[in-house]
Amino acid sequence: MTRVLEVKGMKKYFGGIRAVDGVDFHVNQGEILGIIGPNGCGKSTLFNCILGQLTPTDGEVLLEGRPVTGLYPSQLNRLGVSRTFQLLQVFPTLSVRENLILAGQEHRGTKLTRLFGRGDAGLTDAANRMIAFFKLEHLADQKAGGLSYGQQKLLDAAMAFMAGPKLVLLDEPAGGVNLTMLAALKERLEAINREQGATFVVIEHNMDFVMSLCSRVVVMAEGRVLAQGTPAEVRADPAVVEAYLGH
Amino acid sequence: MTTRLDPNLAVILLAAPILWFAPAGFKAYGLYVVSLWLVMSIAAMGLNLTLGYAGLKSLAQAGFIGIGAYTTAILTKTFGVSWPLAFLASGALSFAVGVVLGFPALRVKFHYLAFVTLAFAMFVFLVARNEEWLTGGVYGFSNIPRPVIFGLDLSRALPFYRFVLVVTVVLSLAMWWLLRSPWGRAFLALRENWMRAASLGVDIRTYTLMAFAIGSAWGGFAGALYAPLVEFIDPAPFAISASFVMLLTVVVGGSGFFLGPFVGAFLSFVLPELLRVTGGWYLVVYASVVLVLLVICPTGILGLVERARDRLSQRRAAALRDAARPMLEGSEAR
Repeated sequence: MTRVLEVKGMKKYFGGIRAVDGVDFHVNQGEILGIIGPNGCGKSTLFNCILGQLTPTDGEVLLEGRPVTGLYPSQLNRLGVSRTFQLLQVFPTLSVRENLILAGQEHRGTKLTRLFGRGDAGLTDAANRMIAFFKLEHLADQKAGGLSYGQQKLLDAAMAFMAGPKLVLLDEPAGGVNLTMLAALKERLEAINREQGATFVVIEHNMDFVMSLCSRVVVMAEGRVLAQGTPAEVRADPAVVEAYLGH
Repeated sequence: MTTRLDPNLAVILLAAPILWFAPAGFKAYGLYVVSLWLVMSIAAMGLNLTLGYAGLKSLAQAGFIGIGAYTTAILTKTFGVSWPLAFLASGALSFAVGVVLGFPALRVKFHYLAFVTLAFAMFVFLVARNEEWLTGGVYGFSNIPRPVIFGLDLSRALPFYRFVLVVTVVLSLAMWWLLRSPWGRAFLALRENWMRAASLGVDIRTYTLMAFAIGSAWGGFAGALYAPLVEFIDPAPFAISASFVMLLTVVVGGSGFFLGPFVGAFLSFVLPELLRVTGGWYLVVYASVVLVLLVICPTGILGLVERARDRLSQRRAAALRDAARPMLEGSEAR
């Protein structure tokens, strides 16, 4: 099975603090991998090191077997790695449709062809399909800043899929989203995984969400991998129960 | 999908013939004022790209007008280069300097960037004032020739005004095209959330430098028209205070609105002339107008128009809700 992403010996120290202290894991093609762990266990730092937002102290990131460590976020994205953010990150004064076109345009042609080509980079139809897929039709022409929190989360996720990425990293997609919206988000993510074979890595606090969505889970504690396996295996692991699930 | 004419484009295409014919009866001074309005609109359009669309605080636009004006003056007067070539050289030089000035923008943001650009504007002013061998120092450059293009003599006020209008329309159309292209969206993305933009593949570095360089080039183009318009240049119109006026022009007109620079330049460069009838009071009146404007609408005059439109659509939605209320009451009754 192809490994879409492989992380080897990842370390990130901030002075004397070992935020990430030697993490190894991989993600297979078409898999939904969950990364869980208590607050401050280094999940977000790990994400930021993988995505080029932080420079790792040591370690390697391989995308489909090729090293991509230290690339800029925009370069990684053009290689097919997409992400959502823990805190809301949409473009508030752009409409929902414009947000989606923006999310796809840098993958179309070159800067020069985009300058002289169509204003929408030929993406209006694709954006409309994505809007329909995430059931945001009634909001297509509204400014993203005026949407509810949950709707913005959906838009944020939709933007991550606009360019047909190989790999999507979702940073706490369920955070602050109400139950109805959460069910909608989960159902949409599963549909994309099923229909397009998209590969995900999900960082999440919401245990039910992770355990029901992911086929495999990596548990982190104090910057290291504590355990990994199927949700059932992880749940039964005494070390995990001790460190995270409690009682 | 129906193709609708973009309102900004419609305004340009509609205004162009009107502006071609309307000032025909003006005296030389009136023609000078409307020409100045167009020239400064071009410069403000450039700053509106950098500041209004890409969100990069620049306080150097008058410096670029200066670079363009001196380049054109030196090339056409000293070296006898034809105006179109001097015009292109002015834009190209400003573009190149804009790229260099854009590099700090990759590292510093907000008011720090404003300081860096302010220092640059001061630098341009000092070069213009002190390097006499190049710029003529405080005595400046006089008798800058007006161009002859395709055998058309533009030395008289009306033909020159019409020529300025043509250049303004061409540069407006080019800017309109740039902003409606995916580049325009990328510039907005820089302003709104550059980190998210980077995660979507937007090349922050190149777009930041381009926003600076293209905005600066428009300043240079404006300068290339300014020099033959006034026929005499000295360092004073390119001092730091002039860069502040450019900033004010963009903000008052409506930063990030395509037509904002034209409205702003009208206020900054035409209104003072209209207020001359008030004698020594014109600065007081002008300052009060600007203050009041910015208090009621910090997003500029065109921002006010948009707010009115939003309010109208809200009122319409409220009317629909009111109309639906009997239904609601009916359901509660049951």
